[in-house]
Amino acid sequence: MIYQENGQLKISYRADQQIFPILQDRWAVLAILALAFAGIPMLADEYLFRAILIPFLILSLAAIGVNILVGYCGQISMGSGAFMAVGAYMAYNAYVRIDAMPLIGALLVGGASATLVGMFFGIPSLRVKGLYLAVATLAAQFFCDWAFLRIGWFTNNSSSGSVSVSNLDVLGWTVSSPLEKYLFCLSFVVVFALIAKNLVRSAIGREWMAIRDMDVAATVIGIRPMYAKLSAFAVSSFIVGVAGALWGFVHLGAWEPSAFSIDRSFQLLFMVIIGGMGSIMGSFFGAAFIVVLPIVLSQLVPALGALVGLSISTAAVSHIEAMVFGALIVWFLIVEPHGLAKLWSTGKQKLRVWPFPH
Amino acid sequence: MSKKIGDVILDVQNISLRFGGVKALTDISFNVREREIRSIIGPNGAGKSSMLNCINGVYQPQEGSIVFRGQTFSQMNSRQVAEMGIARTFQNLALFKGMSVVDNIMTGRNLRIKSNLFMQAIRNPFGIGGAQREEEQHREFVEHIIDFLEIQAYRKTPVGQLSYGLQKRVDLGRALAMEPKVLLLDEPMAGMNLEEKQDMSRFILDVNDEFGTTVVLIEHDMGVVMDISDRVVVLDYGRKIGDGTPEEVRSNDEVIRAYLGTTN
Repeated sequence: MIYQENGQLKISYRADQQIFPILQDRWAVLAILALAFAGIPMLADEYLFRAILIPFLILSLAAIGVNILVGYCGQISMGSGAFMAVGAYMAYNAYVRIDAMPLIGALLVGGASATLVGMFFGIPSLRVKGLYLAVATLAAQFFCDWAFLRIGWFTNNSSSGSVSVSNLDVLGWTVSSPLEKYLFCLSFVVVFALIAKNLVRSAIGREWMAIRDMDVAATVIGIRPMYAKLSAFAVSSFIVGVAGALWGFVHLGAWEPSAFSIDRSFQLLFMVIIGGMGSIMGSFFGAAFIVVLPIVLSQLVPALGALVGLSISTAAVSHIEAMVFGALIVWFLIVEPHGLAKLWSTGKQKLRVWPFPH
Repeated sequence: MSKKIGDVILDVQNISLRFGGVKALTDISFNVREREIRSIIGPNGAGKSSMLNCINGVYQPQEGSIVFRGQTFSQMNSRQVAEMGIARTFQNLALFKGMSVVDNIMTGRNLRIKSNLFMQAIRNPFGIGGAQREEEQHREFVEHIIDFLEIQAYRKTPVGQLSYGLQKRVDLGRALAMEPKVLLLDEPMAGMNLEEKQDMSRFILDVNDEFGTTVVLIEHDMGVVMDISDRVVVLDYGRKIGDGTPEEVRSNDEVIRAYLGTTN
């Protein structure tokens, strides 16, 4: 009854082509933005920023990047962790080696370097598909792990192999407190989510999806597979690279190559699969599921135990956490193989026709 | 018929195509005149779809050449073919299943979109950068096709959810969005019931009539072929065994033998 688009007639294609064509959705998005920029800073404490919100935002950004490649263009990649590492290390090099390099400039250099590396490791996609491509992109992961560990130049010859940045400063604004870091990351995520949405709903996005769904038909209507695939690798790696740079600079502060190991690649791929392939919104859902749920479980299990008069040891809590988390992944994939984004849109459809079933 | 058939627009000269030891096409030659409906018929495995794939640049024939509007090609590349104005529908539905009807047809306009990746990234409702304006212009063209094919009610539906007959229409719409000079239709009526066949025949005749589009049609339904074609090519085992008007082909001995078999 409340969520209906009755009476919202579109009289121009521009109105019909909006990102959120339904009025209620536009209000909801504005409300979420207001909450994120103004409400949460007043409510959240330092722990929430550090442990949940900042990692959630940065990994959402990375998941958007991976989703462009895997979800929209259909090219499975297991090299996302490596592209994050390239973004982080090259941003670091730009930041420490070039005098007066602005912070945002360094982050974008990280993204641009990841673009080049991503396109290079995307070349096999012109010949191999599916799982074979996934294995081919593993090469990026192993190569980058090795390069950042063994080649001294990347770490500015640091003896311990770990690098660190400090004094993050944007046009006189020092990004140091968790709140400032949160707002900095949030701005990046909002801008890049908008850019990503614009791309996937425009001509280039249609080319990516055409290649994903039926490559022969795409070729026959004049889409060049090489351009479509490599541009997907480029855009995806750029966003993943910027996310990697943010992860290093803002979240970790000091890091070594293991921060971007193959576990990270898998984590990002799971976020995309659980969140919903081919959905920008799904990237946020997937990141929230993977980042937030384990923390919620670790708080919830002892609380539930206390409720029935049991005290659960820390070790048991972490075992239960892993078991429930795994079971939930399986359950969600059985209930909705197209991810949380599909559940979300089904829910919206139900709400639209409520109180009728169809 | 009042329609004006013009000069030869597409001339296929001595095409041979082999896959290893299998000869898919042997020395095939035929031509297509502007604004005509040219059918290619033949039993299963005769090489009809392979012929279209050669014209389309999906397969590269080992011998022969193709002349399109005075230009000779021995190797066609799919992108060039599309740019020259040859569009195509598919025998087995080859739609982009995850996309809506509008988006599927919009992909047919992609060759004409000028704004680059950066302009598309900053697409906005204020018209800055031009990507949005371009998107609206092409949408308007696509809406004409949607009206023409009578699929207004499904424009936002993902094509995977549509019935087979409607999906065939969307496939035709995607090809029409390219504003082709020559339209290659690979069994547009396979698996349809009588009403759907009538609708599809009407669309093909209208496209031919109103837009002056040349049509090359592969079809198994002889009733349809004999009714709407101007000229017919008959293939069997990769060879051409007949060529001419429907009446000529119908009375050709070799064609009758290929289709019905003979007793000796």
